Amino acid sequence: KMSSRVLVGVKRVIDYAVKIRVKPDRTGVVTDGVKHSMNPFCEIAVEEAVRLKEKKLVNEVIAVSCGPQQVQETIRTALAMGADRGIHVEVSGKDYDNLGPLQVSKILAALAKKENASLVVLGKQAIDDDCNQTGQMTAALLDWSQGTFASEVVLEGDMLKVVREIDGGLETIKIKMPAVVTADLRLNTPRYATLPNIMKAKKKKIDCLKAADLGVDLTSRLEILSVEEPSQRQAGVKVETVEDLVTKLRNASRI
Amino acid sequence: MASPLRGEVVRLYKNLLYLGREYPKGADYFRDRLKTAFLKNKDVTDPEKIKQLVARGEHVIKELEALYYLRKYRAMKQRYYEETKN
Repeated sequence: KMSSRVLVGVKRVIDYAVKIRVKPDRTGVVTDGVKHSMNPFCEIAVEEAVRLKEKKLVNEVIAVSCGPQQVQETIRTALAMGADRGIHVEVSGKDYDNLGPLQVSKILAALAKKENASLVVLGKQAIDDDCNQTGQMTAALLDWSQGTFASEVVLEGDMLKVVREIDGGLETIKIKMPAVVTADLRLNTPRYATLPNIMKAKKKKIDCLKAADLGVDLTSRLEILSVEEPSQRQAGVKVETVEDLVTKLRNASRI
Repeated sequence: MASPLRGEVVRLYKNLLYLGREYPKGADYFRDRLKTAFLKNKDVTDPEKIKQLVARGEHVIKELEALYYLRKYRAMKQRYYEETKN
């Protein structure tokens, strides 16, 4: 039986419940003093990896995050959910501003090799940039199989059955391990990282390293030109009578 | 008083306080209510009764976790899935 180690990527993003504000200079969104948490799709990825471990189908779950010091909180959450240890790839300043799916997938691919992982589980996308590229690129860089948009994952020996969410239905594929899987919303119900588990997670190890230690170049070829707010929805109007409503609709040529 | 159950009650309070940080109406709103609920029972000394109250608190924890999960799930579903007709 293969020594099975799962690498799970976790991204620290602005919390889903926060109202996003664009910076006045349109270079990005306001992140200072804003509540951050683990990307919801990454929570689903962690849960799936932890369940594989609980079923004794894998031996170890490693949670990885790239970014400044604060991403250790996100790693800690993954450890509280049941991951065994963490890896913090320190990226800060300009490198962090330019950190995109390509750079992260290079890091993940390098780590997957270094840690001798047989499975990489990621969220299908992050709720901040909505790129939906990291899993695909990681699989490509490693030349591994990929099962994206997973809504069910079954490990059968060295094969992986993945039920994928596709437009208007489901697709079931069987892929060979090692593989990269990206989690869709319905894959599972992630457990809550409770306070006692967060405390216990403080005893778990988080290794810190830099991208350069992995031989990864973080140069980005992308430049953000402008970030804009979505167009504002027009306010509604109240009408007194049905006649008013009909007139208004007629004037707006809706009827 | 120093009941042997004291530690358990404190732990329950801390766990609820931690969960309250994510409460939709805000952490302050939650903390006020949490404190009131605990103070209401501060004179309870019967160990059986205390155990019952702690069990109720544990139940509230489960309910809150379910509430937070559903709230997030609904938000994600709304954002990432097209509304299906019928």
